[in-house]
Amino acid sequence: MLKTLYTIASIGIVSEPVPPTDVSLRLREALQSEILDVLGRALCIRHVDAGSCNGCELEIHALNNPIYNLEGQGIRFVASPRHADLLLVTGPVSVNMAEALRRTYDATPDPKLVVAVGDCGCTGGIFGENYASLGRVSNVIPVDVVVPGCPPSPEQLMQGILTAIST
Amino acid sequence: MRTPGATRQAMPIPGSPSAARISVDAAGWIRAARDLADAGGCLLSLWATRPSSTASAMVRAAVLIDGRALLLELSIADLALSYPSLREIFPSAGRMQRAAFDLLDIRSDDADQRPWLRHSDEGYAFIRVEGEGVHEIPVGPVHAGIIEPGHFRFSTVGEKVLRLEQRLGYVHKGIEWRFEQMSLLEGHRLAARVSGDSAVAYSWAYCQALEGLAGVTPPPRALWLRALCLELERLQNHLGDLGALGNDAGFAFGLTQFSRLKELLTRAIEAALGRRYLMDTIVPGGMASDLRESGEGPLANCVASIAQAAMKLRGIYDDHGGVRDRFAGAGCVEPILARRLGLIGLAGRASGQAFDLRSDGAWAPYDELAPVKIAREEGDVAARVAVRFDELQESCRLIGQILGMLPPGPWLDPVGIPYGQALAIGLIEGWRGPVMIALESGPNGTIRRCHPQDPSWQNWPVLEHAIIGNIVPDFPLINKSFNLSYSGHDL
Ligand code: SF4
Repeated sequence: MLKTLYTIASIGIVSEPVPPTDVSLRLREALQSEILDVLGRALCIRHVDAGSCNGCELEIHALNNPIYNLEGQGIRFVASPRHADLLLVTGPVSVNMAEALRRTYDATPDPKLVVAVGDCGCTGGIFGENYASLGRVSNVIPVDVVVPGCPPSPEQLMQGILTAIST
Repeated sequence: MRTPGATRQAMPIPGSPSAARISVDAAGWIRAARDLADAGGCLLSLWATRPSSTASAMVRAAVLIDGRALLLELSIADLALSYPSLREIFPSAGRMQRAAFDLLDIRSDDADQRPWLRHSDEGYAFIRVEGEGVHEIPVGPVHAGIIEPGHFRFSTVGEKVLRLEQRLGYVHKGIEWRFEQMSLLEGHRLAARVSGDSAVAYSWAYCQALEGLAGVTPPPRALWLRALCLELERLQNHLGDLGALGNDAGFAFGLTQFSRLKELLTRAIEAALGRRYLMDTIVPGGMASDLRESGEGPLANCVASIAQAAMKLRGIYDDHGGVRDRFAGAGCVEPILARRLGLIGLAGRASGQAFDLRSDGAWAPYDELAPVKIAREEGDVAARVAVRFDELQESCRLIGQILGMLPPGPWLDPVGIPYGQALAIGLIEGWRGPVMIALESGPNGTIRRCHPQDPSWQNWPVLEHAIIGNIVPDFPLINKSFNLSYSGHDL
C-alpha cells in the first residue's frame, strides 16, 4: 500500500491542456445549441468498432491515460448506447456489423452526435467498399464530425470530440 | 521423437528461411499431418487458393515444427470434391476450413459446415446446452468498453460457465480480396492493417515474403531497425495489457501507471521513428526512414526507465492481495490441453508450449541477438501476466542491445517488381505469437493471392475451454489475458 501511495505521489499530476476545436472537421450543423443545453459540459461517449483494424482503438484508449485525461474534461466512456450522448465509430462499416451499428444508433437517445474516426471511418480508408465492406460510416448512419488519420492521434481525437460539442 | 518423413523431403520456399514445402496427395495429406502432430508440430495455418489458367486449386496447411514452417500442399483437381478435414489431428483447423469455404468455395469433408466469416440472415446454429437450471447469456457483438466486436454465448448454471461458444467474423472486411486489387509493391500497407496492434509483425512478414520473391535481402541496418520496431511494438502492447489486466482485477492504479508508461514510450517512438504506431515504417527493401539521431538517445533512456518502473509495478501487483487472488488459477489452460488444442504464441508460452520463432527460427538479426525464451507451465491468468512482465524486461534488454550494435550503412535498398509467379512465405514472431503471410505473385507485379495468418485463429477456440468452470464476471479478465485479435482473425 505504501509503495502504491508513494508511486502516486512521486509521479504527481501529468495531464496536459486540451487542443482547440476545429469547425472544419464538422460535416453538419446539427442541433448544436439544443445538444449543449442538455449536456452542459458532461458528455458520455459510446465507442463502436464497426470494422476497424484495431489501430484506432489503440489511440482511443490513450485518451483515458493520465496524460490526455479525457475524464478530467467531464467526458467519459459508457458501457451502453442508452447512456450515451455521442457515438465514436471506427472502421469501414463491415457488412456483418452494419445492422449492429444501426441498432446502436437507434438505441442512443436523441439528441445525439456521431463522430467517425480514422481514414476508414471518414472515407472507407484502405479497405474501401467491397463485398464485405460498406465503406465510410456516413454510408450507414448520419455523421456530425470526422477525424481523419490512420490512426488519428489522441490530440486529433480530442479535437474532434470537442468540436462536436462546441458551438 | 523421430523426424517425420515429410520434413526430410521438403523443398525450400522463398521468403522466410524457416519455411519449406512438400506436395502430397489426399492420403499423404492426412498421413503427413498425423506424423507432424505426433512429432510435436502444431498447425500454423490452413488456406486455399482458387484455380488459375495455369494451376489447379490448392489447399495448404502450414505446420510449425522445431522453429520451421512446413507447408503441405494438396492440389484439388475437381472443385466439386472435398478434401480431407484435418480437424481430428489439429482442432484449430476446423474454423480455418470453414473460412476457406466461405471465401473460396473449396470444401473440406468435415461434419461441421456452418459458415464462419460469412454471416447470413438465417442466424447461426449455436450448440445448445440443456439441463435443469442452465441459462444462456448472449453478449455482443457490440461490447461494453473500447474493444472489437464479437459474439459470445455463455451457458451457465448460477454464475458458473458450463460452456462458451464464440461467433466471430463481425469485422470481416474483405482483406484477402483487397490484396488482390493491389500491386506487390503496395501490399505491405494493407498487411500493416490486418491487425493494427501487430502492424510491425505483419508488414515485416509481408516484406520478407516479397523480398524472397524478388530474391533480395535488405541491408543489415534495415533488418536491425525492423527488429527494433518489432520489440517496441511488443513493449507497447505488453504495457497496455498489463495496465488493463490490473484494471480488470479491480486495481485502477495499474491502468493509470502502465498507460502513462505506454504514452511516454509512444512519444519516444514518434520522436525516434516519426510515428506513434509503426504502421508504414517497414517497406519493401528496408525501412521508410532511418532512426532519427536526435531521438535515439531519448528512446534508449525511455526504454531503460520503463524497465525499472515496470519492475517496481510488478512488485506492487505481487504484493496486492486482491490482484493476486483474481490472477491466480483464473482461466487455466493446462499444458496438456494447450498442446492438444494447439495453443500458440504468448498464451502458449504461459501454458508450457515454449515456442518462440525469435529463438527457434534462424532469421536475422535474431540469430545474433540470442533472445531469452520465456515460458511457464501454470497456464492461468497469473502465468500470462508473468510471461508479459518477463518478456517486457527481455524486450527492453534487446532494444538496448540493438541500439548499441546497430550496423551503419543504408536502411533501404528498393525492390524492383518481381516478375516471376511464385509463392513465398513471411514468418515473424509478433507480440501475440507467430504471424504468417503467404504471398503469391501474379503476372506483372500483381498479387494473385495473399493470405495473412494471425495466431488468434488458434487461440480463440482455446479461450472457450479456458473459461469453463470459471464465473461469468471473470470473463473480461480471462479474455484480456489472452487479448486476441478480432480483425486479424475476421480478415
Ligand atoms: S483508420 Fe487506420 S488505424 Fe484506423 S481502423 Fe482504419 S486502417 Fe486501422
